[in-house]
Amino acid sequence: MSERTNEQWLAALGSPGADYDAALADLRAQLVKGLGYALSAPGNIRPEDLEDFAQDALLKILDGLHTFRGESKFMTWAQKIAVRVAFSELRRRRWRDTSLDAMTEGVGGGEFIPPELIDPDADSEQQAMQRLLLQRVRYVIDHELTDRQRRALVAAVLHGVPPDELARRMDTNRNAVYKLIHDARKRLKKQLLATGLSAQEVLAVFE
Amino acid sequence: MQLDTLKQLVRGIIETRPEEIGCDSCFEELDRFVEMKLAGKDTAAAMPLVHDHLERCPACRAEFEALLAALQKLAEAAP
Ligand SMILES: [Zn+2]
Repeated sequence: MSERTNEQWLAALGSPGADYDAALADLRAQLVKGLGYALSAPGNIRPEDLEDFAQDALLKILDGLHTFRGESKFMTWAQKIAVRVAFSELRRRRWRDTSLDAMTEGVGGGEFIPPELIDPDADSEQQAMQRLLLQRVRYVIDHELTDRQRRALVAAVLHGVPPDELARRMDTNRNAVYKLIHDARKRLKKQLLATGLSAQEVLAVFE
Repeated sequence: MQLDTLKQLVRGIIETRPEEIGCDSCFEELDRFVEMKLAGKDTAAAMPLVHDHLERCPACRAEFEALLAALQKLAEAAP
């Protein structure tokens, strides 16, 4: 398999020509290999998965050739897309049977933070501060977040739902989900610091 | 809810920055970031926003680590 420069990859894959088939075959082989390494940890890979993921990635790569900005090696960029394709599909399978409503049902808001959940290792003064700060977190979640912010935060924090799966269930995209949670965190931070404690002090309370 | 989860939530809140990039921007830059990492450069200093996103977002983090491992092994396997 010959090493190609970025220009050679783009030229070969960009138009049907003599080198097109060879480049495509090389790329596919490299993607399968790369995915084999990338997915060596998770145990739920089926034998045909690597080929399927590589095929899906190949289509995305060909489709997005014009978006390659040449800021990395072409192969790095291509492997990045393959990893994204594979992980998205694996997350979809993992979370397939989980509905957001079921997860957030009965969770109107901040009561998912139990008031009695206090660090047994902390001294009584520190425990009092923990109680106070958590009360505030609960209040903000209940009264100052939008419904979507609240749902996204609860699903992500409490259930570990990944952003793309959250997006699928909230009719939006992964980026927008991140922004929802970012906005929620900003609000929460502001209110925690409104207690007069510094960021360092809040962290120390939950050390 | 576990105590650890709770502490993580508080830490995540306190360490929130006014400007953070989302998953899309992170993905855009990830190939450049991973190559810097492979070259042993200080990625936290060179690309702080991507570094920061990867610290916060487990999904992007997992993809980054898998990509890094794949590229390292591909390089080792290359003749
Ligand atoms: Zn992300």
